[in-house]
Amino acid sequence: MNVSSVMRGAALSEVSPAMAVSRRPWGRFKERVIELLLLLAALSSVAITVAIMVILIKESWTFFQHVPLWDFLTDTEWTPLFDNPRYGIMPLISGTLVSSAVALSIAIPVGTAIALYLSEFAPFKMREAAKPVLELLAAIPTVVYGYFAFLVVTPLLQQLIPGLPGFNLLSAGIVMGIMIIPYVSSLSEDAMRAVPMHLREGSYAMGATRFQTAWKVVTPAAFSGLAASYILAISRAVGETMVVALAAGGQPNLTWSPLDPAATMTAYIVQVSQGDLPHGSIGYQSIFAVGLTLLLITLAFNILGYWLRKRYREVY
Amino acid sequence: MEPTAVAEIRRLIAKAKRWDLIFSLVGLLALSLAVTVLVGLFVNLVWDGAPRITTEFFTNFSSRRATSAGIAAAWVGTLLVMLVTALTAVPLGVAAGIYLEEYAPKNWLTGLIEINISNLAGVPSVVYGLLGLGLFVYLLGLGQSIAAAGLTLALLILPIVIVATREAIRTIPGAIREGAYALGATKWQMVSHHIIPYSSAGILTGVIIGLARAIGETAPLITVGAAVAIFSYPSSLFKGDFPFLSFEWLRESFTVMPIQMFQWTSRPDQAFQVNAAAAGLVLIVLTLLMNGFAIYLRYRLRKNIKW
Repeated sequence: MNVSSVMRGAALSEVSPAMAVSRRPWGRFKERVIELLLLLAALSSVAITVAIMVILIKESWTFFQHVPLWDFLTDTEWTPLFDNPRYGIMPLISGTLVSSAVALSIAIPVGTAIALYLSEFAPFKMREAAKPVLELLAAIPTVVYGYFAFLVVTPLLQQLIPGLPGFNLLSAGIVMGIMIIPYVSSLSEDAMRAVPMHLREGSYAMGATRFQTAWKVVTPAAFSGLAASYILAISRAVGETMVVALAAGGQPNLTWSPLDPAATMTAYIVQVSQGDLPHGSIGYQSIFAVGLTLLLITLAFNILGYWLRKRYREVY
Repeated sequence: MEPTAVAEIRRLIAKAKRWDLIFSLVGLLALSLAVTVLVGLFVNLVWDGAPRITTEFFTNFSSRRATSAGIAAAWVGTLLVMLVTALTAVPLGVAAGIYLEEYAPKNWLTGLIEINISNLAGVPSVVYGLLGLGLFVYLLGLGQSIAAAGLTLALLILPIVIVATREAIRTIPGAIREGAYALGATKWQMVSHHIIPYSSAGILTGVIIGLARAIGETAPLITVGAAVAIFSYPSSLFKGDFPFLSFEWLRESFTVMPIQMFQWTSRPDQAFQVNAAAAGLVLIVLTLLMNGFAIYLRYRLRKNIKW
């Protein structure tokens, strides 16, 4: 043992009791403060939800004092910025529903087929290669998809369907559908992969083929996950903005035909925000009323998806 | 067994096997649709936009003539908005993730926070724009500024950062925590010496994916109120005298890459649509690079860490 370590030992034994006494309360206090700060950070997510609700409801409240709720829900015209304003949300809802329906009729079958293929058929290497590609497809900015819909897909469709207007819900819906495919495929695949192996083995033991196993055993067993992924796709389609704002036009139009131009709820919000709306005007409040409607619709779908996943989750 | 019965069974098997083949083709077709779109989109943007990509395109401001218009204000704006977003969302999101994984007791409050986070991820981005407009622009009086835009996007990607942090922390085995406690570490020492460093690569992956999403977001920033045209760079981040950092730029008006692209796309003049393609090309290369890096990082991580 050398001198310095003895010295240090002596110093430690002299100092440590005093330090322990003086440090412990401070240490405990510091731990408490850190935990409190971390809790506050976690609570900030709740604060965001509360802030969204408060802001939307506050501005909508003044809107609905000017516009009766009944007119808002039943009037068939939406012209808040005209001299003779009408405030019926129906045309915006019809535009949203039509473009979402087109998108889902592409995203759900294609997304499910990809998920089933990757989970049950594809060799390991292909799956490893396909997943990043799908992820990249989901990562492309929506404004790029909007450009693609407006300047590439619409001219192509115009050659197939003569007389198709330059703005239409069909082209927006198709591109939106492609955009949503990765969301459907990745969640559906997760659900299918969560189906335990012994169910498949049982099916094969009975002499079933791959497709029979995939379609009659794995798909029903993964039902709750599939349903949840479809519902997420619906809420994505309803909330999607840039594709419809660029490709479907901004004219509110009560129509059920995908070949017509029309505005969606999201497109209206974007279109109005582009202009200079005075703070507190009825036009300014109208985008919050539309936003609240949009939020309530997507919230309903999210809750339905959450419930479905809980309710129908098979426990193996 | 009679020969006819055997033949019948063989026929049944062959029929069932045919479906295997048919579905394999359907699956491949669906997959190739996705790949084709990805490639087609990229080729289209390169075809239309690549000739416009010159140095002047990056240094020119808005202009009435398409050929002399550039993205100078847009890419500087994107950079500054992302700076605000990252500085807000990363500390907040990582702290929230650490709390939920390491500190949170199992009670109603934790359950509420968890449901709330998964719900926030499903809120349409344009609604975040309305939140930014009502809260940051008017209620807090930040105006239609870089600060308001960056904070709005920070709220938008907060759920992504939180979820990524939690997933990264969850892969750290409990033995590491016990080892730290056994040596007398306090909870925060355990977290700051072990949990944060070991999960940092996973967190980084999530942060990059979140920022790549934020770079491409258009709708919320239009709602917050991007400027139609900007003709000068924002004021500098640095200044000559103490404390050397200037915060003037936070209050200045903004535009970002996707908004520039949106404005050019919606112009009827075809020359501007070429500009839109060029801006789109820059944007898509940026987001693909960021996402590619994140995917690579995750792949490396999965391969290298063996606890």
